[in-house]
Amino acid sequence: MKDKFFKSGEHWVWFNAGAIAISLVMVVGLILLIAVRGLSHFWPADVVVFETQGVDGQTQFAMGEIYGEEVPKGQDPEVAKQILLKTGNRDLYGLDFRWLKIKEIVAQTRRDDVMVLERREWGNFYGFLKSVNVDGSEFANSDSAEANQQLELLIDRANELHEQVKEIEKDDIGSINYDIEQLRLERRRLQLEDADTPEAIAEIREQETKLNAEFEVLQAKMNELYRDAKRDSVVMESIDGKTVTINGMDIVMAFQPNQMGLFSKIGHYFKKAAEFIWDEPREANTEGGVFPAIFGTVMMVILMSIMVTPFGVVAAVYLHEYAKQGFVTRLIRIAVNNLAGVPSIVYGVFGLGFFVYFLGGSIDELFYPEAKPAPTFGTSGLLWASITLALLTLPVVIVSTEEGLSRIPKSIREGSLALGATKIETLWRTVLPMASPAMMTGLILAIARAAGEVAPLMLVGVVKLAPTLPVDGNFPFVHLERKFMHLGFHIYDVGFQSPNVEAARPLVYATAFLLVLVIILLNITAIKIRNRLREKYKSLEH
Amino acid sequence: MTAEAQLDLSQETSNDGLNLAALKDEKICLEVEDLNLFYGEKQALHNINLQIPEKKVTAFIGPSGCGKSTLLRCFNRMNDLVDIARVEGAIKLNGSNIYEKDVNVADLRRNVGMVFQKPNPFPKSIYENVAYGLRLQGINKRSVLDEVVEWALKGAALWDEVKDRLDDNALGMSGGQQQRLVIARSIAVQPEVLLLDEPASALDPISTLKIEELIHDLKDQYTIVIVTHNMQQAARVSDYTAFMYMGDMVEFDTTDTIFTNPSKKKTEDYITGRYG
Repeated sequence: MKDKFFKSGEHWVWFNAGAIAISLVMVVGLILLIAVRGLSHFWPADVVVFETQGVDGQTQFAMGEIYGEEVPKGQDPEVAKQILLKTGNRDLYGLDFRWLKIKEIVAQTRRDDVMVLERREWGNFYGFLKSVNVDGSEFANSDSAEANQQLELLIDRANELHEQVKEIEKDDIGSINYDIEQLRLERRRLQLEDADTPEAIAEIREQETKLNAEFEVLQAKMNELYRDAKRDSVVMESIDGKTVTINGMDIVMAFQPNQMGLFSKIGHYFKKAAEFIWDEPREANTEGGVFPAIFGTVMMVILMSIMVTPFGVVAAVYLHEYAKQGFVTRLIRIAVNNLAGVPSIVYGVFGLGFFVYFLGGSIDELFYPEAKPAPTFGTSGLLWASITLALLTLPVVIVSTEEGLSRIPKSIREGSLALGATKIETLWRTVLPMASPAMMTGLILAIARAAGEVAPLMLVGVVKLAPTLPVDGNFPFVHLERKFMHLGFHIYDVGFQSPNVEAARPLVYATAFLLVLVIILLNITAIKIRNRLREKYKSLEH
Repeated sequence: MTAEAQLDLSQETSNDGLNLAALKDEKICLEVEDLNLFYGEKQALHNINLQIPEKKVTAFIGPSGCGKSTLLRCFNRMNDLVDIARVEGAIKLNGSNIYEKDVNVADLRRNVGMVFQKPNPFPKSIYENVAYGLRLQGINKRSVLDEVVEWALKGAALWDEVKDRLDDNALGMSGGQQQRLVIARSIAVQPEVLLLDEPASALDPISTLKIEELIHDLKDQYTIVIVTHNMQQAARVSDYTAFMYMGDMVEFDTTDTIFTNPSKKKTEDYITGRYG
């Protein structure tokens, strides 16, 4: 029995199956871990009130969401076990989080009238509604329906106002600023070219005056909006009896988690998740969303693909079809394969030195002398990051394209040549289409590698917070010289560079989950395309 | 060994087996003159001289590795693709040497079509396979293509089988159909010469029969050169037969003569199955 087991090779099958199972468990485990940790972040947890009595006998109240428990290292769990409470109210306590020793807790209660205000600044406020002031009239008492209704109205108005302010600031004023900057550069260029005739200067000045006038109008509108913003406010009381007046426009949303049913919690959950995906970050990236980072990641990967695919394919075609096979081609192949093994940070250094400083500097010298000494392309940006990653992923595209080319049967090439096709016609009409699935395989590997790469990007274009997206409404609409945000770097920044580490931790998981999701989506797209090509060009099966 | 004997031996390896007199009534299409082919150091074809008549079927027979396919591939310069191959001598197509420097190889290959041992349709639709050669010539007008595709498929006795599924992938056809499609693809560009390199060796008997019938039909319009392992096939389809052995052209004559009354001992041994 045992003999037969080993003789039939069964143990190898078990061995292989075991290896597969372990890999699978690890991958699924990883994704599950970041999914659970990340996705639970948006759930509106119940708010609990703790009454504690310190060693001095004083009674204190603390209120917040329970985040976790911990026993400090090397201490007795009975005595030192403590819980982490998210108390919010950073403007009052200086910190969002607080450790409570379990043995000091004397009572734990739930109050239904707890209200959580999500604010644009200072984080959440946990407390009780005292009164709502709308348009100068006051609606007191927490649980009256009237006050709640007014609060809802207030928040709607606040969000609308905020939306308007943002629109004016970003779009209108942003584009005026952009135009004024363009005019300044134009004047400088004319000066440099000695073409600054009084007429030209006058024309520029005229345009500037016009833009300034527009700006004044917008400014006035903004002031009006800000004045509107001041008319509403909310008075809140914290658990330890402090009263705080919160300006209406600072409030993003208000909710009473202890009163919410399952469905309203689910609704709240999706609202928060959508906010995370579609909004811009706030408060040093620890609040709000990550949309600019998603946008930057996807855009960079797409740009990288656009650059690496043609370049890699052309290189592979030359290497495989035209170059005389010999010592030199072998050397080139070795070099290409080694290129794939170079640590990515080295590419970052190279990209910074060669692309950014040398190429970008030269471009500035040649085409943007008017902007000097401020660099245009001579500083890290989206274009250089994409090119650096294209270089990084070039080897995989070359190698898999070459593999694809060598898999195409000789008979197909001969068939085409025998019909009077030249070599280039054969390549173009038959060989390259048939090799396209292999090129896509290369691209898939390239995307998988590029989307997850962070280290080189820190040198060639990624920033913690980019004021503008690389695509906007100002001509020429796509601004490849701009710096951008990236999910991978965002994880690093939020998790390890943030002043508010505890608050950032779930965001790290959520962002990581999102990054994995984005990579999977990009990959699935490429795989779908490849499968269609494969179906179309499935080669002879003899 | 006497001088005469030596002379006799040297003639044995040269051209006394060629009964070119048999061709006196034929118009000559291809003319091979003193052709030597080397693969690196190794000589694969020794001083071949041969004439191939127009609009007839000429078969090359011989044991494996005797150079018959290599010779066939000289007619459309397919050997150019082999880096180490080197050709000496001349092959004249209608009187002009195809190995001249200024010959456009693509034009030559359009004029001298070739069908390979294994069917090699492109992974495209049936229609696009046949239209391939025309599109290469820049003919993209749908009406012209439609007409030629139909004509070529009819010429290859395939039209009735595929006329309702011209847009299907050619790789979904049977082996015999694929081979006829490849023939249709070749005749669509209207070559003068059709080179068939063991066209039926990968096919079942019924498909083989169809191909042979097709060859018979096609010889009215094309000069056909066929390489085959199968002597019965050579006997069935060809008008003239050349027997090759170890890179030498041993004997050339009408097919009847080769199979009934060969002048060379080697030929006789081969066709009677004493080796091969």
